[in-house]
Order: sequence, then structure tokens, then C-alpha cells
Amino acid sequence: MNVDLPLVFMGLMALAILLYVLLDGFDLGIGMLMPAATRDEQELMVASIGPFWDANETWLVLGVGVLLAAFPAAHGIVLGALYLPVAAMLSGLMLRGVAFELRIKAVGWHRELWNWLFWFGSFLATFAQGWMLGRYVTGFESGFSFWVFSLLCAASLCGTYVLIGAAWLILKTEGELRRKALLWARWGLLWSGLALLLVSIATPLVSARVFARWFDFPRTFGLMLLPAMALAAWTLVWRSTGRLVRARNPRGDWAPLAGAAAIFLIAFLGLAYSLFPYVVIDRLTIWEAAAHPSSLRIVLGGFLVVLPFLIAYTAYAHRVFGGKVRGPLY
Amino acid sequence: MTDPDLLVLARAQFGLNIGFHILFPALTIGLAWLLLFFRLRYAGTGDAKWIAIYRLWVKIFALSFAMGVVSGITMSFQFGTNWPGYMLRVGNIAGPLLTFEVLFAFFLEATFLGVMLFGTDRVSAGFHVAATALVAVGTTLSAFWILALNSWMQTPAGFTFEDGQLIAANWVDVVFNPSFPFRFSHMMNASGLTAAFAVAGLSAWRLLRAPQDDAALRACRTGLWVAAVLAPLQVVLGDLHGLNTLEHQPAKIAAMEGHWETRSGAPLVLLAIPDEAARANRYALEIPRAGSVVLKHDPDAVVQGLSDFAPDIPPVAPVFFAFRVMVGTGLLMVAVAWAGAWATRRGRMPSRRLLWIMTAMSISGWVATIAGWLVTEIGRQPWLVTGLLRTADAIGDVPGHYLGASFAGYVFVYAVMLLAYLVVLVHLAGKGVDPGSAAVPRVSQ
Repeated sequence: MNVDLPLVFMGLMALAILLYVLLDGFDLGIGMLMPAATRDEQELMVASIGPFWDANETWLVLGVGVLLAAFPAAHGIVLGALYLPVAAMLSGLMLRGVAFELRIKAVGWHRELWNWLFWFGSFLATFAQGWMLGRYVTGFESGFSFWVFSLLCAASLCGTYVLIGAAWLILKTEGELRRKALLWARWGLLWSGLALLLVSIATPLVSARVFARWFDFPRTFGLMLLPAMALAAWTLVWRSTGRLVRARNPRGDWAPLAGAAAIFLIAFLGLAYSLFPYVVIDRLTIWEAAAHPSSLRIVLGGFLVVLPFLIAYTAYAHRVFGGKVRGPLY
Repeated sequence: MTDPDLLVLARAQFGLNIGFHILFPALTIGLAWLLLFFRLRYAGTGDAKWIAIYRLWVKIFALSFAMGVVSGITMSFQFGTNWPGYMLRVGNIAGPLLTFEVLFAFFLEATFLGVMLFGTDRVSAGFHVAATALVAVGTTLSAFWILALNSWMQTPAGFTFEDGQLIAANWVDVVFNPSFPFRFSHMMNASGLTAAFAVAGLSAWRLLRAPQDDAALRACRTGLWVAAVLAPLQVVLGDLHGLNTLEHQPAKIAAMEGHWETRSGAPLVLLAIPDEAARANRYALEIPRAGSVVLKHDPDAVVQGLSDFAPDIPPVAPVFFAFRVMVGTGLLMVAVAWAGAWATRRGRMPSRRLLWIMTAMSISGWVATIAGWLVTEIGRQPWLVTGLLRTADAIGDVPGHYLGASFAGYVFVYAVMLLAYLVVLVHLAGKGVDPGSAAVPRVSQ
């Protein structure tokens, strides 16, 4: 078998991480939007992600699982360098997950406390993920500009998750909450647009490697297709939300979500292009970090067996719980 | 900070996390099968009480599952943050087994749990039963892969070296390594017992407050009957597991039994205080020759002591005491399960005293499980992977104050989570079956 296994696993890991940020992204975004909603709206927001969030979070475990199985040498370096933000993210995810279950069962001030922890956990996890991204892209370098850059990444991920969370709500809710979600989506869009722009400008400035990869004429002209596509997707979301706000007979509630997903995808591709073929920038390529072929082959076999079923029953779950949410969970 | 301190801190943090995590799978694996039983009884009899019991316990299941998921995610990261040397050395074996757990089990559980919880009025009854069954299968598969990895670390097999890299020679031997069948059946049974005692005990708590609650009595009886079968079975499985450990990890058995010196006709040490400095037991209460009988089934057989394995021996006192807690709790479980099953025969109501005892025993499965894991995990020290990798060689270079700060954070988060979990558990169980709980979201297609 003459397949470049490390490359295949790079792709699988990228797929898992992309699906994680898309799917858990809207869960976390909704968590961060909680304080902006009334009590009844909060119930609907939580109900809209109730059947999915467990499975959504599982993509993160798969992503780190592939990192550990396919690139064991990188696993220790990356997670060791990101020790504190990883701990913060995990604490956030724990609080969010437990608050999700407990807020439904609590009454009175307990419920308010768990609502607050639900928001706080979502925010902490998102912030830590953005921070980790900033540290990772810059090869874990220390220094003032690198910290500012990480802060910028953390802030932009918050905005982007809010955007996709609001886009999910547009698809899943109706009436007043949907109208609010349209406005939230536009705020998230402005925020994430500005942040993505800043991150795109800052990344080549803080990383000579990224600069060299992007500003390599004439390749640069071809690469400018990515920002152009990002701008197109951004405009699509802006216009579709604007149209939906004005429309009397709402149709096309899926458009903002599709546009937001496209923004994620494009940003992700740009990032992947900046990093490839390194799994730890300037230190380890995917081939250097890869596990033994015997291990990669058996994991790939597992993927090939499971993936069709996984896609089938995930699609099934989304079909069963498709449509607008009309009532609270329990 | 010196290296031994770092090692202790890294181990304490990982041990805290893994000890917290195991509480939830220990319950959910067994509870998933009990839920399938409740669901099937409803399908078979059409008696609304069964579905009411199902609805109460599926909520507790969902909460426990979520706690297990979030603490499990933490573990998957801590392999890298706390033990980078582990993945470097045995990543070729550990990586695939962990990935298989996610691929084959985790998604299955997480997806169909949604259907189980919220799908009652959206899927057919047959499919709802199937979703319940798939979640039970998923939890069991999850345990299968994790225990395959844990057992491989205890009794490595099926590997070889190529260019200095440890790789799998035969995956069937890796998965079905010598201790795996014993550990897997012992743990599955432990989970069944944990769930059975939790269901019986929390239902008994409900009966103390509302003796007329028929559904609670029925759930209580189910738990007791399951426990009455599984508890004695666990004694047999535990004995077989012990004999397997004697063959492959004799130092662990010596620590469990408190045998310091090799001798024939070794006593069975019932209680003592092991003194690591003096390498002897203080205040020992012993049965002469019984140790040889238990371990070798021969009163004159030679039993190896810790001195044969020094310096590679585990800390004796924690292993010794944890083992006694596990066995003691296990024997108590047999007694309570049988007494309870007898007292509730043909739907009779047990005495209030027995109900209180059962309530107290709700957590017995957790106590025994934690004690058992302490025995097996501390008992394999100083090895992380027996004979291949020492725990001290797997630690990374994370600064001590990072470990300390995050440790404090984890302790705080876990304490909040555990307290909230127990409060909700007792509250839900005490409230009993709420007819309003049948509501599920109504959504247009």
C-alpha cells in the first residue's frame, strides 16, 4: 500500500477539528449569548442544542485522539506548551457541560447560578481555545507582541462562535427569538469580520514563516482567492440576515448558517496553508512526528469501518431533531 | 522543586482526575443495561410504571454521562500534558486503542443518548428501544477499549521493537493480553453492581419518604435482585482476577496481602498496619497458612514476598488498605443484596431499618470501585507499563507551579461538580417519578 499515511491523518485530524469548531462552536456561541436572552428564550436556546451537544463535543476528543494516535511526538510538545490554556479550556468545558444538565433540574437562585456558570464555562472554553490557537500559530514564542496576538485570536474566536451560535438560532427558532438572533448574528459578523481582518494582517507580521508562505509572488495572486472568498461569504451572511430581518414571509433561514460555516472553512484553509507541513511550527513536520505505519494502518482501518456509520447516524439524529424548536427540553 | 515532588504532583493530579472520572462510567455502563431492561419491560407489559422508572433513571443517566464525558475529555488531554513520555514510548499501542474508543463507542453513545432522552415522541417505539440498546452497547464497547489499554499496560503482550520503536506485532494479542479478560469481566460486573445498588438504594430513600410509591418499590426490587446475582459472582471473578495477577504481577499481590518475606505456609493477614521502614506488619491479625491456601490452594505452598521484588515494589500501605476496603465492601454487598432480595420477595415492603441500610449502601459500588482501582493502579508502581516504562520516565517538563495552580483549579471544579451531582441525585430520587417529566420538546417537521 503506497499511501502517504501521515498526510491522510493530517487530513483526518483537520476534519475532526473543523467539525468540532463548527458544531461545538454554535453550542459555545449560544452559551455566550445566554445573558442577552429572556428566561423563556434561554429555554428554547438550550433546547435547540440539547440533543446534539454531547456528540458535538466528541469531535474534540476525536481530534486530540488522532493527534495522540497519529502524531505522538507532537502530542506531548503541543499539550505541554499549552498546559495552562488547556487546563482553562477543560475547566470551562466541564462547567458548561455540567451546567447544561443541572440548570434544567434546578429552581430559584440555583438555576440562576447554573445559568451563569453555563455562560462562564462557554466563554472560558472559547477564550482558551482562541488563546491556544494564537500560541500554536506563533510556535509558542514568548514576548509582548505574541501575547497581544493570542489575546486578539481569543477575542476573534469569541465573536466567531457568537456568529455561528446566532446563525444556528436563526435556523432553529422563530418569532421574537429568531428576530433577536438575526441582530446577534450581525453583531457577531461585524466583530468576527474585524477580528479576522486583524488576525490575517497580524499573523504574517508575527511569523516570518507565514509571511514567506503568503508573500511569494506570483503565487500570492492565486492565494488572494481565499480572502476574496471570505469576503464573499461575509457579504452573503450580512445580506441574508438583512433580508431576513425585513422579510415578511421568512424563507432561507439556513443561509446565515451556511455562510458562517463557509467563513469557518475558509479561515481554516488559510490557517492550514500557513502551517503545512508542520504539526509543531518550524520544529516537527507531520512525517517526523508520525507514529509507526503499523499503528497508522490499524487506526485508518478503524476509520474506514466506522466513518460511514458515524455520518449516517449523525445525519439521522439531525433529521429526527430537525425543524424549529417550540418548547423547553423537559 | 525537585523531581520526586513533581512526580507526586503530576500523579496526584492525574489520579484525582481519573478517580473522579471513573465514578460516572462505573454507574452508566451498568445503568445503561438496567434502562434497557426497564424499557423492554414496558414494551412487553405496557405497564406505565416501567416507563415512569425509565424516565426518572434516564435523567440520572444523562447527568452522569455528561459528567463522564467532560472529565473524560480532560483525561485525554492530560495524557499529553502530564505524561508526554508515555505517548513517545508506547504511543504506537496506546494511540490506536484510545482512538478506537472514540470511534467505535463514544459517538454511538453520545448520538443515541439524544434519541433516548428527547426522541420518545419523534421515533417509533421500536426505534426507541433500539436507541436504548445502542447506548448500552456503546458504553460497554467504550469500557472494552479502555480496559484493553489499561490491561496492556499492566500485562503487556503482542509487541515488538523495530528501530528502537515499540510497535504492535499482533493486535489480537495486544487487545486480549493476559489480564484483559479478567479485568474486563471484573469491571463490567462492578459497574452492574454500582448501578444496581444506586437504583436500589435511592429507591429505598424514596420509599422512606413515600412508602406508597409502587414504582419505587419495583425499581428497588429490580436493583436488589440484580445485586443478589452479581455480588456473589463478583467474589468469584475477583478471585480469578487475583490469581491472574499473582501469575503476572506477583509484587502487587504481595503488597495486597502484606507479605514482606518469601515463605512456605504463608498466613492470611486479615488486618495490620504495614510499616514500610521496618518492612514488617504491626498489630497483625492473621490466620496461619490461610494465605497459601487462598493464593496457591495448598497450605504448605511457598508464597513470594515483597523482598523478592525489591526495589521495584509499590507503596504497600495504600494497596494493602484499599484492598481490604474493596473486599469488605464486596462482602457487605452480598449480605445486603440477599437480605434485601428476601425482604422484598413477592412485592413485600422491607422494614424501615433495612431501607435505611440500603440507602446508605447506594454508594457502596463507588466505594468498592475506587478502592479496587487504587489497588490495581498503585499496585503496579513503579511501572507505568510493566517492565517497559517507569512512571518517573514518562513525566514532562511542565513547571511545578503550573501543576500546582491547575491542580488547585481542578480540585475546585471537581468539588463543585461532585457536590452538585450528589445533591441533584438525592433530590431527583427523593422526588420520585414526576408525571410532568414525560414532556419532550414539540417541534414541527
